[in-house]
Amino acid sequence: MAQKKLGKQTFKFSSNPIISSEAAVVGPMEGKGPLGEKYDMVLDNTFAGENTWEKAEQKMMQYSMELALEKKGFLPSDLDIYLAGDLLNQIISANFTARFLNTPFLGLYGACSTLIEGLCVAGILLDGGFVDRIGVSASSHHNTAERQYRYPTEQGTQRPMTAQWTVTGSGSFVVENSGSGVILTHATIGKINDMGISNANDMGSAMAPAAFDTIKAHLQDTGRKPDDYDLIVTGDLGLLGSNVLKEMMRREKISVDNITDCGTLVYSSNQDSHSGGSGCGCSAIVLSSHFMGKLLAGEYKKIFFVGTGALLSPITSFQGESIPSIAHGIVLEYMGGRQ
Amino acid sequence: MTEEEIWKKIKQREKIMSCSTLFSNFQMSEYQNELQKEHQKVLYWETKASGEEKIRFTNLRNEIEIQQMLLVKPKQEAYKAISNRLAPKQTVVKNTIMAFVFGGIICTIGQIFNNLFLQGGLTVKEAATSTSVIMISISAFLTGLGYYDELGKIAGAGTIVPITGFANSIVSSAMEFKREGYIYGVGARIFTVAGPVIVYGTLVSIVIGLVYYFIK
Repeated sequence: MAQKKLGKQTFKFSSNPIISSEAAVVGPMEGKGPLGEKYDMVLDNTFAGENTWEKAEQKMMQYSMELALEKKGFLPSDLDIYLAGDLLNQIISANFTARFLNTPFLGLYGACSTLIEGLCVAGILLDGGFVDRIGVSASSHHNTAERQYRYPTEQGTQRPMTAQWTVTGSGSFVVENSGSGVILTHATIGKINDMGISNANDMGSAMAPAAFDTIKAHLQDTGRKPDDYDLIVTGDLGLLGSNVLKEMMRREKISVDNITDCGTLVYSSNQDSHSGGSGCGCSAIVLSSHFMGKLLAGEYKKIFFVGTGALLSPITSFQGESIPSIAHGIVLEYMGGRQ
Repeated sequence: MTEEEIWKKIKQREKIMSCSTLFSNFQMSEYQNELQKEHQKVLYWETKASGEEKIRFTNLRNEIEIQQMLLVKPKQEAYKAISNRLAPKQTVVKNTIMAFVFGGIICTIGQIFNNLFLQGGLTVKEAATSTSVIMISISAFLTGLGYYDELGKIAGAGTIVPITGFANSIVSSAMEFKREGYIYGVGARIFTVAGPVIVYGTLVSIVIGLVYYFIK
């Protein structure tokens, strides 16, 4: 019998894996957003001194991990394992960052849910007693994603109002098995949900059912109510997806008062992002700067963070397939200590 | 560790690295560790600084990154030498002969058509155009039936260089991407392989046309 499993999809960590350090590196547009002051590093331009956007994204991921390590005085060699992923084919940003860090590496792909997938796996590895210290990163870059998934970046297309703006940014975390700060208590692993949305410019609607499914499963598995959390945060549903999720929850008579979404927080309304932010970087930078700050300040005690991923592929969408979506959840609790 | 110390270390390493190219594993990991420590430090300072100070740190960081890159280069080169030595050799002579034979056969077939057209009363220009059309049609047809790629495997450049190879590259792209639909698949990807030939072929023909115009 699995001893650490609750219900069908939730794992309970008994050893209190702790997020001991985190850092966010973002692009210029995110730096001008409402959370601009909170990021560790804001790049002057989207190239970060490199000649391609792909290299720039890789550098962002690398820098965010290095900064997270430096804050605690660690070196990459102090990490037992590195978990990372991004949106690009063959998760190249993560691969090249891992090449640089020269640590054991597991690459992850969960589209925009990658960071939470990483934190779930980190919690499992730490709680299982396999490692002492893990690095987790996720990144995205507006221009690399646009090139791969949609149109050339300079093409004069009119984005529909349902479209979301891929965040240029990377967040990294150091998770350890001892220390003080924010602990991971539960992880809820999501199932693929597909409601037949095939529009690459409407990822929020595609992902909302997955988020709903994971939240519902989590509440069922743990026997908790939404009010047990100060906040339930979704990764990058955006304005539209967030509204769809709330509607779905209302129909099942689940309270929606404390639900918020990183995609709606990352840009201000005058930044022309349409339905908000998206991408692996979205939840990564908002969690590492905004929510970690609030947790460490004691403003929030307990958060359920749901990373949402639209597992979109340009090839299958041209072949007429819809977008499979997934959501993973992790419970973050502040235990006092680290300031 | 201070900024000056890091600059000093960089200069020191620069000297050593310019003298010796290949380090022992121990030395190398020593240097890598040093560089990593410095890189993280400078990066952290950079996030706290602003204005001129920040630019100074950025420059310092770039110096460190260059050294990080240079450090692994000799080891990679040494490894490449080993793997190249063990790689199976290309069968250059055989490939050349096969390309000559098959390229020759294709051109002979073309010549036969050309002569037949001339016999039939077409002008030289008309005969050449008609021959191209026939050869392209045959190659496209064979591509569709799945024979041309089998032929290409044996013939190499012999089937790529003549106009039949050009036709093959377009038809095969169209067939490949039909699965993604006629607009985003066939329409968007049909010139994936042939595109560079068309773009630079046109460009070169313009240049040659201009040269011809001026020296005539």
